[in-house]
Amino acid sequence: MKNLEEFYDIVVVGAGHAGCEAALASARLGFKTICFTVSMDSIAMMPCNPNIGGSSKGHLVKEIDALGGEMGINIDKTYIQSKMLNRSKGPAVHSLRAQADKKMYSMAMAQTMGNTKNLTVRQGEVTQVLTQDGKVTGVKTYSGAVYHAKAVILTTGTYLKARCIYGDVSNETGPNGLQAANYLTKSLKKLGIEMRRFKTGTPARIDKNSINFDKMEEQFGDEKIIPFSFTNTREDIERDQISCWLTYTNEETHEIIRENIGRSPLFSGAIEGTGPRYCPSIEDKIVKFPDKNRHQVFIEPEGEYTNEMYVGGMSSSLPEDVQYAMYRSVTGLENVKIIRNAYAIEYDCINATQLKPSLEFKEIGGLFSAGQFNGSSGYEEAAAQGLIAGINAVRMLKEKEPLVLDRSQAYIGVLIDDLVTKETSEPYRMMTSRAEYRLLLRQDNADLRLSKIGYEVGLIGEERYQKLMEKEALIEKEIKRLNRVNVGASREVQNLLTGCQSTELKSSATMAELIRRPELTYDMLAPIDPNRPEYPEDVREQVNINIKYEGYIKRQLSQVKQFKRLEKKKIPEGIRYEEIGNLRIEAVQKLSKIRPASIGQASRISGVSPADISVLLIFLEQLGQRA
Amino acid sequence: MGTDTIAAIATPLSNSGIGIIRISGPEAIDIASKVFRPKREKDIKQAATYTAHYGHAVKDGKDIDECILLIMKGPHSYTAEDVAEINCHGGVVIMKKILSCIIEAGARPAEPGEFTKRAFLNGRIDLSRAEAVMDLIHSKNEFAMETSLKQLKGSLSDKIRSLRKEIVHSVAFIESALDDPEHYSVDGFSEQLKIQVEHARDDIQKYIDSSDNGRILKEGIHTAIVGKPNAGKSSILNVLLGEERAIVTDIAGTTRDTLEESIQINGIPLNVIDTAGIRYTEDVVEKIGVDKARDSVIKADLVLYVVDTSVPLTKEDEDIMKLLTGKQVIVLLNKSDLETKVSESEFLQRGFQNIVPVSAKSLYGLEDLYERINDLFFDGRVSFNDEVYITNMRHKKALSNAKDSLDLVLKSIEDRMPEDFFSIDLMNAYEELGYIIGESVGEDLVNEIFAEFCMGK
Repeated sequence: MKNLEEFYDIVVVGAGHAGCEAALASARLGFKTICFTVSMDSIAMMPCNPNIGGSSKGHLVKEIDALGGEMGINIDKTYIQSKMLNRSKGPAVHSLRAQADKKMYSMAMAQTMGNTKNLTVRQGEVTQVLTQDGKVTGVKTYSGAVYHAKAVILTTGTYLKARCIYGDVSNETGPNGLQAANYLTKSLKKLGIEMRRFKTGTPARIDKNSINFDKMEEQFGDEKIIPFSFTNTREDIERDQISCWLTYTNEETHEIIRENIGRSPLFSGAIEGTGPRYCPSIEDKIVKFPDKNRHQVFIEPEGEYTNEMYVGGMSSSLPEDVQYAMYRSVTGLENVKIIRNAYAIEYDCINATQLKPSLEFKEIGGLFSAGQFNGSSGYEEAAAQGLIAGINAVRMLKEKEPLVLDRSQAYIGVLIDDLVTKETSEPYRMMTSRAEYRLLLRQDNADLRLSKIGYEVGLIGEERYQKLMEKEALIEKEIKRLNRVNVGASREVQNLLTGCQSTELKSSATMAELIRRPELTYDMLAPIDPNRPEYPEDVREQVNINIKYEGYIKRQLSQVKQFKRLEKKKIPEGIRYEEIGNLRIEAVQKLSKIRPASIGQASRISGVSPADISVLLIFLEQLGQRA
Repeated sequence: MGTDTIAAIATPLSNSGIGIIRISGPEAIDIASKVFRPKREKDIKQAATYTAHYGHAVKDGKDIDECILLIMKGPHSYTAEDVAEINCHGGVVIMKKILSCIIEAGARPAEPGEFTKRAFLNGRIDLSRAEAVMDLIHSKNEFAMETSLKQLKGSLSDKIRSLRKEIVHSVAFIESALDDPEHYSVDGFSEQLKIQVEHARDDIQKYIDSSDNGRILKEGIHTAIVGKPNAGKSSILNVLLGEERAIVTDIAGTTRDTLEESIQINGIPLNVIDTAGIRYTEDVVEKIGVDKARDSVIKADLVLYVVDTSVPLTKEDEDIMKLLTGKQVIVLLNKSDLETKVSESEFLQRGFQNIVPVSAKSLYGLEDLYERINDLFFDGRVSFNDEVYITNMRHKKALSNAKDSLDLVLKSIEDRMPEDFFSIDLMNAYEELGYIIGESVGEDLVNEIFAEFCMGK
């Protein structure tokens, strides 16, 4: 029998959040792409929480959009509630989160994929990555069909040798009972790729009609919503929103869990994978925070056309009967009906230190990977990597330098740098605290930071680029003007100031100086600024932030300057660390394994001490002098 | 780099006591075995680490000196390399002879401070310890030596480390609260942080203040001796020096230039400048001297004002006293062994607090003078024993940057900025302090967050 044989530029293995972005990017950049999924019904599926964004993850989505990715557009199409988190805090930590209609989200993405030129989506399980002379040549599927390609992007999510567990029940399936991918791991190991096992979990889905919402606090969306995509305005996407609900666990809940903790596969040893500390199950929380007498529980709709509700904050792998008892002890859930059980899922993934910052494997040319396969957790983290892997697979085929964002440019840069540099021992979740320069990496300025790069890459069109240039010019012009405009101590001015709980002027000041007062904003001062031109909201926001926090921004910029100095000190690729005297053995091992591109990256490797860095610096110095 | 073996004389080049010649590097023990013959026949190359061996240094088969050889194998040695130390009987000639044998046997003469550099590069000591060792090598006086020793032991490192720990802990808390507001509340945290930051800032200020003393320690306290012509300034200097250095005559105006001498009083180094007597003069040469004297007073940290008590105060004294406003002054009532025409109270009335009757001739009152000098610079301000002195300009700069950053944190708290803004300047302070001990940033923070706080979703 003759097996099917087809030719593509790029193969993407998996159609989750990473796979979709990777496939769309490569197809949109003009390369013939095929994307495999185990089920056509699970494209961009959200097997866990029904939302996109949230603290620091919202930043990732904005950045994906600014670079020309799809996630922001897709959630704008399918959100059922939208909220800007942390509004009481500084602009750096404002974070957008939207509740998604899961089904609609998946369908909308599938439709976009289907309608994209150069892109084929195909149901089938990839079982083998084909290589020749250390370079990838294609993939083979379960049926034996061969798909030739110059680049392959692995985005297998949680499907590799997946196993779902609750209590002593264990199913050899992917999430939601979907078929696991049981063969690819073997092929990857054969190629010399080191595999590891991670674990994550999800809470139960419960029946809306069995919930007593009267006992819960209603959580509304924002009145004035902000779109995720910079291509959308508020008016474009405004719609009726659906509420979420807040309730709490209590001592009874905790008691039930404590009594049954021995039956958890996590504690009994049935689960071998490492779970994420920052996405803990309710069992973990009870153990970690023994003093807390309650934990938040968010009841979130899974979509408009379903009665399923997600029980945020209560993921678990306890047995079914304990799940019932524990959920029913929560206020408002006394008579709750479980539709789907909570469960933990174990899967194969890699230690991403085997990758270059471009997300290409160091040892296998043309093989890229992204998403949970790389040891991350979360839809947004996956999508961000998928986009970069897609872009860089294309750039490799075009023989261009890969796109590597650094830690001062984007959360995406922080995410990938952490993954490929630090040996994370648990699923990696993006967090605000991981970004050192977050005042510069705000969600509101993602377009100003990254859309020029998106334009150069080819994913941002001319029209959008021109609009961005105009926006940038307007912001600059207005900031200049505000630094020049003098405000005298007139009655009108003093009245406005006292009206805003600000102190009166003693002598004249510039408009910018007034904006810098903690209690004032750009918009508040409009009445005493008669020559102010009319600007759109996003321009006004940038003007306000840039003036108001100028001192902080400047200090952060000088931190970045310091950081860049070490990033710019490149380490030659063929360097042999074992030949450098004075490096400690542990440092030699770590450096040889990770092979950092720069001194900056080397300094972030755990196990490499400042003294090792000094040795390296001195060595490079001598190397430079000899050359 | 660093793969060769180095050697140097590790003790001062003087003809006293025991001299140590240190060899460090992969060949250290091999080289030692070529120049050292143990008393009992055994192979030095097989010797265990931390062993001492009695024997002789030999050249061409002949004994040079009776020695003890110490073997310390890496990484548990000062440089973390193999180290051999030959303890011989001092004597510059002998030590140099042994060293030259060692060099012949394959070692390279060490650059100044190279052992320390290797210790640092090998991760044996941190930067501030390394710098303290360098200071030690370069320090010229007892007290500075003691300070260097203390820094070496790590008291500076320890203090800086504990400051950094506090700072990173606060940052970690703020960050935890950002990522997990459900479990970490920043309510009331600003007030708490304010107290903590004020504390840290004051500590750092103290170290900065001490750095002026640190500078003094290295360079000596600038001390000017002033007074009317023939008040006995040069005699006082001679007494302090313990030798006849300045020309002493009975003719007023003998000292026409300023003389500068380094002396130590109770281990405190003084750079003493003997000045020309200050008076109105037509003599051109002497006039230059007088101008220089005024200059010296302006630059001085301490002024010893010598008054001839055998004659009444004059207009010239009044002029000098005007010049001394705002200075640390010790009034020396000289010639107090003679009949006095000037009393202590005249100076007390004019606001001078430190008045010491002395006699350069009979050495009367010198102990009092020493005690005053000691008090003025150390009593109540810095103590000899348990404080940290900053003797390095790089440290001082980093400290003052750290302090500026902490001030900015306090300003942010005062302005009621959201907590996430505090991190920027806290991290800057953390980073600056890290420069002192040569520790990197970033990793620590994340580790701290990981170690101290676990977050829920």
